[in-house]
Amino acid sequence: MHEHPLVDRVGAAVLSVLEFVGALATFGGRAIVDAFRPPFEAREIVRHLYQFGLRSMPLILMSGFAIGVVLSMHTRATLARFGAEAMIPAGLAVALVRETGPLTTGLLVSGRVGAGIGAEIGAMRVTEQIDALEANAVDAFKFLAVTRVIACMIAMPLLTTMMNFAGIFGGYVAEAAVSGMSWQLYFERSFLYLAFSDLIPATLKTIVFGYLIAVVASYLGFTTSRGTEGVGEASTRSVVMASILIILSDVILVKIIFFFYPQVPA
Amino acid sequence: MTADAAAPKGRATSTAQGSGPAVQLEHVSKSFDGRKVLDDVTFEIPAARAFVLLGRSGTGKSVTLKHIIGLVQPDEGRVIVEGRDLTRLDRRALSDVRKHMGFLFQNAALFDSMTVGDNVAFPLRRHTDLPEQEVRERARQKLADVGLEREFDKMPADLSGGMKKRAGLARAMALDPSILLVDEPSAGLDPITASEIDDLLVQRKRGGATLVVVTHNIPSARAVGDELALLHEGRIVARGTVEDLDRSEDPLVQAFMRSEGGG
Repeated sequence: MHEHPLVDRVGAAVLSVLEFVGALATFGGRAIVDAFRPPFEAREIVRHLYQFGLRSMPLILMSGFAIGVVLSMHTRATLARFGAEAMIPAGLAVALVRETGPLTTGLLVSGRVGAGIGAEIGAMRVTEQIDALEANAVDAFKFLAVTRVIACMIAMPLLTTMMNFAGIFGGYVAEAAVSGMSWQLYFERSFLYLAFSDLIPATLKTIVFGYLIAVVASYLGFTTSRGTEGVGEASTRSVVMASILIILSDVILVKIIFFFYPQVPA
Repeated sequence: MTADAAAPKGRATSTAQGSGPAVQLEHVSKSFDGRKVLDDVTFEIPAARAFVLLGRSGTGKSVTLKHIIGLVQPDEGRVIVEGRDLTRLDRRALSDVRKHMGFLFQNAALFDSMTVGDNVAFPLRRHTDLPEQEVRERARQKLADVGLEREFDKMPADLSGGMKKRAGLARAMALDPSILLVDEPSAGLDPITASEIDDLLVQRKRGGATLVVVTHNIPSARAVGDELALLHEGRIVARGTVEDLDRSEDPLVQAFMRSEGGG
């Protein structure tokens, strides 16, 4: 009998990954099913909405503004070569609304909120607070995970919209500083080439980002072990995994959007 | 306030559930990572009695308590609480059984995002129809019972270890459960407070509650327990009243019963 340690290790790693993906998918599926079952834990959802949504606003608005300024500078540098400076507001708005806004919001929220969820639930796991919820006849999965998933799914499109508007405003400030363009003109030109088919699907896809962030972070929190070290690891892995999943899912979602809105030029 | 409003939703208001034992473990075995933690453990506890589990650290005492409230499922055997086999219950039915029970965790396990008062009020808000004012009054009273009425608005992080333990006990007693599971109630407490907690547990027993207490504190076990059991390497090696165990010639039992170690 020949031994193949490398094959064994690769096989074990593949199995481990498949096991993780299966467990994560089951967790995420259960979150969807349980979201439609009472009790609906409205108070917890509102509390998380405040934490994820309202408390993320400064980060989102500042980032959006900065991105708008930077995008405006890049767009100007490119379009100026063709004498098309008048297209700067429209180009920036389309880029922001279709992709930059949703993706950046997803990545920022995965950092701020995903890390928080992973650490908070992880800490509750290692300090037996999750067991205490169950002992108090409360469905801990529903109370902790489902409420966060719902809150994250609601918060993401709202934060993305804020990011988009902050970006457009940042673009205006940069443009006004260079060319003295008025806000009214900039605003009109921004929306000149922007259709609902640009705005709605791109904003709604962030609901999927919100779902992914909360499911991954909650799962890693729930499966935390090894004390405080495990809590830190859950937090870090939440950010890394949620970010990767957001980027990968974005590819699929953009393809789906193009399928349903073929008039949108690729 | 009517008794119905104060009774947890989804459970009968009476605590006595027939004449059978309140808690029954039948040949329960449990392993973690290939290591057998409980090995064929069998005992039953009549209603309104206090059963004290003794044993060295890591012998499966806390795991036994977690079996009784269904947080851990046995690999083999059955756990029967007030006539219902927990190993056969679905999630909802298990939740209903848990409304009859209070659990004090070894490290209190207070919810650190809530104030101490909200921790104690939590089961009342979840499982009763009491108005908010009544909930707060009851939570305050439960905290007063463990000497923490002034800590109502504090966060758990602001409490000492012993205070957290007492707050955890107040939360466990919030619904006046018919079965109270208590893991190391006197750990980290000074002797006077530990004695007060023992008195409180005895009062609960006299009020009709069944107690299952895990402790290393022999004076506390003597004060509270109607029956004592010694767990060693996952098995119950001795069981009986305080007098029975005092008379035992087993060296391990003697070592335990003659120690005066506090928690």
